[in-house]
Amino acid sequence: MPPETRPSGMVLSLMALAAVVCVVAFMTWGSRGNWSFVLPFRGTKLLALVLVAYAIAVSTVLFQTITNNRILTPAIMGFDWLYMLLQTLLVFGLGAATTSAIDPRWMFLIEVGTMTGFSLILYRFLFSGGVRDLHLLILIGVVFGTLFRSLSGFLQRLIDPNDFVVLQDRLFASFNTIDASLLLVSAVLVGLASLGALKIFHTLDVMALGRETAISLGVDHRRITMIVLILVTVLVSVSAALVGPVTFFGLLVANLAYILMPSAKHRYVLPAAVLLAIICLVGGQTVLERLFGFDTALSIIIEFAGGLFFILYLLKGASR
Amino acid sequence: MIEIRNITKSYDSTVVVDAVTLTLRRGGITSIIGPNGAGKSTLLSIIARLIPTDKGTVMVDGLDVARTAGEVLARRLSILRQDNHMTTRLTVRDLVAFGRYPYNKGRPTAQDQEHINKALAYLGLEDLGGRFLDELSGGQRQRAFVAMVLCQDTDYMLFDEPLNNLDIRHAVAMMKLLRDAARDFGKTVVVVLHDVNFASCYSDQIIVMRDGKLFLQGPPSEIIRPDTLQQTYGCPFEVHDLGGDRIAVYYA
Ligand SMILES: Nc1ncnc2c1ncn2[C@@H]1O[C@H](COP(=O)(O)OP(=O)(O)OP(=O)(O)O)[C@@H](O)[C@H]1O
Ligand SMILES: [Mg+2]
Repeated sequence: MPPETRPSGMVLSLMALAAVVCVVAFMTWGSRGNWSFVLPFRGTKLLALVLVAYAIAVSTVLFQTITNNRILTPAIMGFDWLYMLLQTLLVFGLGAATTSAIDPRWMFLIEVGTMTGFSLILYRFLFSGGVRDLHLLILIGVVFGTLFRSLSGFLQRLIDPNDFVVLQDRLFASFNTIDASLLLVSAVLVGLASLGALKIFHTLDVMALGRETAISLGVDHRRITMIVLILVTVLVSVSAALVGPVTFFGLLVANLAYILMPSAKHRYVLPAAVLLAIICLVGGQTVLERLFGFDTALSIIIEFAGGLFFILYLLKGASR
Repeated sequence: MIEIRNITKSYDSTVVVDAVTLTLRRGGITSIIGPNGAGKSTLLSIIARLIPTDKGTVMVDGLDVARTAGEVLARRLSILRQDNHMTTRLTVRDLVAFGRYPYNKGRPTAQDQEHINKALAYLGLEDLGGRFLDELSGGQRQRAFVAMVLCQDTDYMLFDEPLNNLDIRHAVAMMKLLRDAARDFGKTVVVVLHDVNFASCYSDQIIVMRDGKLFLQGPPSEIIRPDTLQQTYGCPFEVHDLGGDRIAVYYA
């Protein structure tokens, strides 16, 4: 066994322990013994938070692996906003009445499908080696993100006010008002994406070495990039549908995982990122809700910390 | 045997590799020399399927590199690139272990560990196995990447400027290592060199590239001559016979 194994395993166990503590605290703290109400209520919310944490952490790490950088994330590249734009387009095109008539779960699947198609075209062009300069990529990403956001904003102004209310209801989800109707289908999608990731798991460490090295070690770089982009898109759609766009959270947990894990191997980094995301979301929500009685602050705090991290990271990168 | 037929590559309208046709027989060391920008790295990358060619084919033991499954080729052909950069933080041992990936798909066996230890030992890296790549000197890092290629243990090995950053002792050791690989283990070694005297002393065959074209091909005795070198690099050369080797002098 390589010497790195033990410390990495230990760090991982500690993180798992902390995550379990957060989960238990979330479920039990201040429940006043009213279990029949508290368990399903908090359980649903917990499941959603865990799903979101998982989806964001895994999608960010995978995305950074295939793009070979640690600054860009699907969220910074505008994936979430692309999802929002699609939603807006649907309501705009079909009207809220039609959109609402469709079973939300089917609707969700259709959206995820369209989203996957769109982003594959867009991001394959960007990451198939055409654009090499990282700063240019960041710029393109930010421009795309803004474009998607402005387009949705523009369309929302044109929409019939009644439709807009329906749309707003969907778009402005947060960690507090999670769309529970989509939980089951989200869980299934996340499960399927994880199965897909498992199948190509052994190539991930090699993909992280960069395109050329991966190819010379026999990895079908194009194919794996495609597969990973599909998985990432599905995961991003799930988290965007459940809680809306979260720009910097993925960046934060992925980079914390790289820093805290002695080994860069995916079998350590991926679970670490997921556990850290759970600790942040579930732990943060518990503390804010129960201790301070705040309801909406979590996303602001997380985005603030993540944004700070992003700026520090950019500055550090620039000074090298 | 590597058969290179009519390989042509352009960027925008600049042709950087121009209709190169070339056969590299099994075994021995082939050096590629030529001025900066001659297209040596591009040709090597095309052979190793790292960049697609515009025209022409490369066959390795009868397998078209553009069509053959990557994992099949990875067990026959390996390459050290001119620039190696990693975003992930790896130890030397981790890096070298990736050389076994084509065989074990990320699950190292005891036999793989043996290969890794041998590759580390060949390049004098036993004591540095646990160091992170970003904690090494340029020459140490270069040796780690070469160790990874050795660990891949393929019949054909391409090295793009393996002597980069190496001191004289390690440069000589590296060339001896490549010669032993060719002689004792029957490997086919293709190596891009800038030091014409290393090419002269260690190659079975030298290929000269100029302006993207195959300029000359032959044994050192035919290539290492004042007139050919002068035509290649555009500066004056003297060539002396020293102990049976042809040594070029170009410092004056
Ligand atoms: N990605 C690229 N885009 C545009 N031009 C390129 C690209 N890669 C290489 N070139 C050009 O192709 C030519 C050949 O480059 P190549 O790297 O093959 O040269 P080389 O013989 O290896 O030189 P050196 O001895 O400096 O390593 C150069 O003129 C270079 O500028
Ligand atoms: Mg070169």
